[in-house]
Amino acid sequence: MNTVINVSNLRKSYGSTTAVNGVDLEIKKGEIFALLGPNGAGKTTTIEILEGFRDRDSGDVRVLDFDPATKGHAGQLWRDRLGIVLQSTLDAGDLTVYESVSHFAHYYDSPKDAREVIELVGLTDKSNALGRTLSGGQRRRLDVALGIIGNPELIFLDEPTTGFDPEARRAFWVLIKKLRDEGATIILTTHYLDEAEALADRVAVINKGQIIEVSTPDQLGGRAHSLATITWREGDYVRSERSAHPTDFVQKLSVKFGGEIPELSVKRASLEDIYLEMIGITHE
Amino acid sequence: MNKSAANSPTAISIGLQRGKLEIKQFMRQRESVVFTMLFPLILLAIFGSVFSNSIAKGVTFSQYFVAGMIASGLVNTGFQQLAIMIPMEREFGTLKRLRGTPMPASSYFIGKAILVTLSMLIQVALLLVAGVLFFGVNLPATGQKWLLLAALLVLGSACSTVLGIAFSNVPKSGRGASAVVSPVVIVLQFFSGVFFIFTDLPHWMQQVAAIFPLKWMTQGARSVFLPDSFATREVAGNWETGKTFAIIAAWLVLGLLWAVRSFKWERD
Repeated sequence: MNTVINVSNLRKSYGSTTAVNGVDLEIKKGEIFALLGPNGAGKTTTIEILEGFRDRDSGDVRVLDFDPATKGHAGQLWRDRLGIVLQSTLDAGDLTVYESVSHFAHYYDSPKDAREVIELVGLTDKSNALGRTLSGGQRRRLDVALGIIGNPELIFLDEPTTGFDPEARRAFWVLIKKLRDEGATIILTTHYLDEAEALADRVAVINKGQIIEVSTPDQLGGRAHSLATITWREGDYVRSERSAHPTDFVQKLSVKFGGEIPELSVKRASLEDIYLEMIGITHE
Repeated sequence: MNKSAANSPTAISIGLQRGKLEIKQFMRQRESVVFTMLFPLILLAIFGSVFSNSIAKGVTFSQYFVAGMIASGLVNTGFQQLAIMIPMEREFGTLKRLRGTPMPASSYFIGKAILVTLSMLIQVALLLVAGVLFFGVNLPATGQKWLLLAALLVLGSACSTVLGIAFSNVPKSGRGASAVVSPVVIVLQFFSGVFFIFTDLPHWMQQVAAIFPLKWMTQGARSVFLPDSFATREVAGNWETGKTFAIIAAWLVLGLLWAVRSFKWERD
């Protein structure tokens, strides 16, 4: 089974508001897949339908070859293969990190070792600290530990690094890649475009309940072919030019300046530029 | 799949683990332990000292009051504790997180039942010890009365537990839960003859109280702790033991149906 998630024509409305309006998705085994979109775009609803928290109105959904809307015992067996890391929670403040993680291990058929998982998320020093004494970033790592203790084949990460300092985020990215390298498939939602760029094999942009594009981060929105922006200083002014042939342009500038170009920079559109453009265009 | 069914966790095994965890968490919340467990003792000390008179031959107000407080203990440790705790767990995301794991829903409720049972037993034991030591309360004299007490604690606690789970959907937020739940309990205590002699209450109050289980729990507790001669002073002129158990059992069934239909793992 190479396809972990298969969604076709998914629809969900709340009253007269259409949250998800015909979403198609195919996510392959072993990839890190990022779902991007502004608040209210249908991101959370889509993810929660995949996680089995919400029922859909129509469409086909298969997650690990299982319909998440199935109730009862079959649903529990299915959840044994999932790891869900929700947005920040405040629970278990009166339990130590080790107590929480080793307790959650009891829920699963073949869990990982609690100490190993704590080590993996970098909380070994905090094993015996109560949940309520952890910092925001440490709490988030505990959330991840609880999400992966069951040795999941598929991991949902909902805005995993909100509130992290840059160093902690980098460390977190290494952890996520490690989980993928161990064979897990990961679905990530994030507001940080650099996070999607650093982690995701593929990204999907969702807006107004529809998927606008699915692509690799470097190809999204024609990014690879987008114009480059060249800026440099000419006397008192900083000048800039957009060009499809930046090398050529820089060479000509260099000739003009007789060698070194003052304050030269050449920039491709960032993923964020492309993303904002995509969201902006569809807003009109 | 490399999963072996032999050592798979079951709803019961996970439920026992949940119970252990619930107790651990409960014991670490010092303020609430002290408040839940000691407050009834403080009330007992106050009421026992203020009303030291006899209300019938061989029956002091303290004895009457201890019976009422034991019945209240069933409501405090089950209904009140859960109807305040569960909305907080809902608000903090504990319930949603659990929903995302293979933990069966029944395991969660087994854990809660274990917590309620333990706190109820501690509560009853404390009240009995304090009652006997300081307020001349007589322990049940016959094996039959002890059996009756055990049956009342089991059924009453079960009833209180399911009603607490059902009522946990009423408070709109975790923070506000205590403000919604506590007045319900306190008013019921006044109406049900915990703080006053039930037969001294206005007739309409007695009628209202008779709808709810606490009145029957207190009456059941009196049938255990007061001499049988006191039965003639009850509204019906006897202990109404059969009716008591029937009404508590009816609330248990009602609470169960209500809880199953209304329980939510997430805030709306």
